[in-house]
Amino acid sequence: MNRNTFLKGMVGAIALSVTGLSVAAQSGEPIKVGEINHYKRMAAFAEPYKKGIELGLEEINAAGGVLDRPLEFIFRDDQGDPGEAIKIAEELMTSEGAVMLTGTILSNVGLAISAVAAEKQWVYLASEPLADALTWSQGNSWTFRLRTSTYMQAAMLAEQAAKTDAMKYATIAPNYAYGKDAVAAFKEVLTKLKPGVEFVGEQWPALFKIDAGAEVQALERSKPDAIYNVTFGPDLAKFVREGTTRGLFDGRSVYGLLSGEPEYLEPLADEAPEGWVVTGYPWYDFTEEDGANKTFVDAYQARFNETPKLGSLVGYMTAATVAAAIQKAGSTEGDAIRMAFEGLDVTTPVGEITFREIDNQATMGAFVGKTMLKDGAGVMTDWTYLDGADYLPSDEEVAKLRPAE
Amino acid sequence: MGLFIAQILTGLANAGALFMVASGLSLIFGVTRVVNFAHGSFYMLGAYVGYSLMQVLPGMVGFWGAILLAGIIVGLIGVIVEICVLRPVYSAPELFQLVATFGVILVIQDLVLMIWGPQDLLGPRAPGLKGVIRIMGEPVPQYDIALIVITPFVAFALWYLITKTRVGTLVRAATQDREMVSALGVNQAWLFTGVFFLGCALAGLGGALQLPKGGADLLMDFTILGSVFVVVVIGGMGSLPGAYLAAVIISVLNVFGVTYAPQSTLVLMFVVMVVVLMFRPFGLLGKEEVAGEHGQVGEPERPIKPAGNRIRLLVAAGLVILGLLPLYSGNFAVVLVTDILIFCLFAASLHFMLGQGGLVSFGHAAFFGGGAYAAALFVTYADTPMELALVLAPICAGLAAIIIGWVCLRSTGVYFAMLTLAFGQLLWSLAFQWGDVTGGDDGLVNIWPSDWASDNSVYYYIAFFLCTGGILLLRQAAHAPFGYAMRAARDSARQAEAMGINTKRVQLVAFTFAGIMAGLAGGLFVFSKGSIFPNELETARSFDALIVVFLGGVKTLSGGWVGAAFFEGIKDYLTRFEYWRLALGLSIIIVVILGPEGIVGSLRKAGERFGLLKVPEDAK
Repeated sequence: MNRNTFLKGMVGAIALSVTGLSVAAQSGEPIKVGEINHYKRMAAFAEPYKKGIELGLEEINAAGGVLDRPLEFIFRDDQGDPGEAIKIAEELMTSEGAVMLTGTILSNVGLAISAVAAEKQWVYLASEPLADALTWSQGNSWTFRLRTSTYMQAAMLAEQAAKTDAMKYATIAPNYAYGKDAVAAFKEVLTKLKPGVEFVGEQWPALFKIDAGAEVQALERSKPDAIYNVTFGPDLAKFVREGTTRGLFDGRSVYGLLSGEPEYLEPLADEAPEGWVVTGYPWYDFTEEDGANKTFVDAYQARFNETPKLGSLVGYMTAATVAAAIQKAGSTEGDAIRMAFEGLDVTTPVGEITFREIDNQATMGAFVGKTMLKDGAGVMTDWTYLDGADYLPSDEEVAKLRPAE
Repeated sequence: MGLFIAQILTGLANAGALFMVASGLSLIFGVTRVVNFAHGSFYMLGAYVGYSLMQVLPGMVGFWGAILLAGIIVGLIGVIVEICVLRPVYSAPELFQLVATFGVILVIQDLVLMIWGPQDLLGPRAPGLKGVIRIMGEPVPQYDIALIVITPFVAFALWYLITKTRVGTLVRAATQDREMVSALGVNQAWLFTGVFFLGCALAGLGGALQLPKGGADLLMDFTILGSVFVVVVIGGMGSLPGAYLAAVIISVLNVFGVTYAPQSTLVLMFVVMVVVLMFRPFGLLGKEEVAGEHGQVGEPERPIKPAGNRIRLLVAAGLVILGLLPLYSGNFAVVLVTDILIFCLFAASLHFMLGQGGLVSFGHAAFFGGGAYAAALFVTYADTPMELALVLAPICAGLAAIIIGWVCLRSTGVYFAMLTLAFGQLLWSLAFQWGDVTGGDDGLVNIWPSDWASDNSVYYYIAFFLCTGGILLLRQAAHAPFGYAMRAARDSARQAEAMGINTKRVQLVAFTFAGIMAGLAGGLFVFSKGSIFPNELETARSFDALIVVFLGGVKTLSGGWVGAAFFEGIKDYLTRFEYWRLALGLSIIIVVILGPEGIVGSLRKAGERFGLLKVPEDAK
């Protein structure tokens, strides 16, 4: 190929890739919110989340917006890099005119934004990161977290586990903060509920680098009665396949944190494990009785022609939360929005949630159920929605966990 | 006993895909001297292509056919990449091609996302091999057995191809002395293309073969890259049996590591690599690198000269513009330029030891992140004020550089680079695992500047003076007698030694000096961000610096910071768009093709052609 033609072609390709940008065309002076996420690095999780926000925004703006102004999100990709996210936060807040920040999935990026938010007095709604540190040991008065935290979800599973006869537990969790928090919380709550339990094995595969065959052999070696799984994404798929092939799950109860979320269950298709007790999102089971849940799922499917993930729900709730906070504040001033967040009630598809004054954690709960196979796909059955407010430590304990304000 | 055997079998099965990808990388490096960063991307492509083919082709024949076809298709994609991207830059300085392959990684990532979407794909199971075999009571998946059997066949076929056929003879000849091969009338261009096809096909084959044990996801290109490099180096660059042996050792050790020391898996293979290279500096079965090149590729390097008056004026004007930045621009521009300046100092420090000393480091982030962590730890645990922490950061990074440099400098070339990579990884895992002190991956937060410097503009001036000062100091060192000694050690260690230069000591001092400057950049970084996380120690950060050094131009004095400023600037702009990785990747490839001497080198050429710069006498 001629070099010049080749280069011209490439310049064309660049131009093409750049025009993927969409421009929000709305009248009036929009209220802008800076949304920072790992849209490329964690595309499988971030894209449904973004769609959820978009759906929420459309509904909010169709109903007249917030403070009679349209609400607008500016979406920016931080490559999953905390330093990059801080730079973008600065740009969004100081030169793009955003009134507050939302976003991130990775906990370390969430913590980085939370630290800069406290220093610069910006409101930050941590929508998806799960780390307990975000509202407890590293908590600050400018950071609020929407999603059910690691501790809350682990406590829900521990409660289920305590009801069984299993006494010997083995755990497997990715070797990083989220995995460690999840195991620690499960141990803490389960030991409290059922003092005699014993933890006979702990496996710590590197995140997204699991050597599933070896992990399964190691778990089998410790001969547990039950297994507590925290792996997710591609790690979970490999773990389930090796575990099923080698018979690890036969005759054992398994507790899976997040394993029931469509993000992780769907890729497993007909190999989804049966009988695991998991937290997740059973959107396929909603009926008219589930009210707002059903309405959201229908609207989402009609809008995007695809099934919702848990991320979609969190995104939708993020938009609703932001709108509620600004409406309550009656202003777009940072301090007013922060005050509005304290004790803020938001109506969402899963019901009313409250941002607790004591630790800025929302009381969003989780769906807990058992997995089973139905028409060649893994689904949750016998599920219930557990309110997050019931799975948090007592106020005294929380006050001790959080630095003095 | 049964468990023990089952564990070894698991390790052997895991070694399969790893060996295929590693042998491809090793072949490509051996013949073309290209360190193919994009090799993981071809592995990922193999998985995705294989997955799609398996959806269409039915049954047992379809399954194995799909794997084979995936290999061939990925090989052909490799050929396209080689012809379009690498051929124009073979004559560039050594290792420059890795910048091009970095561009390829970005392009492939976005293309795969466009074609297959963001969902993880679970690989189909092999028809007829879904169950387990019981060996002494322990279940062993049938597909594992298949992999254990297939891998030696592939290895044998490769060995036969390389040792018994005419093509293989040419490949081996080219590995030893490629210029002699082309002088003997072999069409070198097609030999390179052929080897690239074979190497990429092997990577694709590896990707498709692992499907039943996992699947295809968008992160797999980087997740395998580290282990593949380690395998190639432990085995010895260019040695196929070595690659097989190393793949088996790493995989089996890993299985035992998982069982008996579950937390060790992050670093195990890097520790093994350091130990192996300490005793066998060229890998288990590698041979000492013979000086295959007859002189350097490309134009001879020009002697270093102080900048001319025009350039000085230009730089002075640039500094004035930068110095007045807070007066005429918004807050964000100040923050952005602070970021860029810090990255420039980091890149310039690597450029110093790489360009002047010929020391290619794959682990320079150890000192950047190390300095940042040192500052953050002092602030967190000793309430050190910012001023003192900014002094301690480079000192700590320098101390680390002395120790790491002392070990790494026992090796040379690629082996040196891999040792630095290993140490970078060790430091990373230390920060990552030692949660009680370093906060693990939740990092250390709330590390803010002193009150007087907390304003963005004031901090900008601190960064501005320290970074430009550091860069000028590095430049000064290049002109000093020490700089001459470094270049002597780089160009001919033997002659330099004969002249009484202690080359190892010169290199160690250079390594330490570069480490100190990187540590200073790290210290500045942590106070500008207010927090530090282990990702600043990651290999990806080292590669960022490496890329911009080559992009800017290795054989120039200012390549480091120019490349850094260009790369950070364009990245900040492009990440606003949906498919920014594609755009960034293509931009890098275009720059690489248009300016194989890097940005500075090409600008200098252009300046000379249009009469803006004086052509030096010795270059006419």
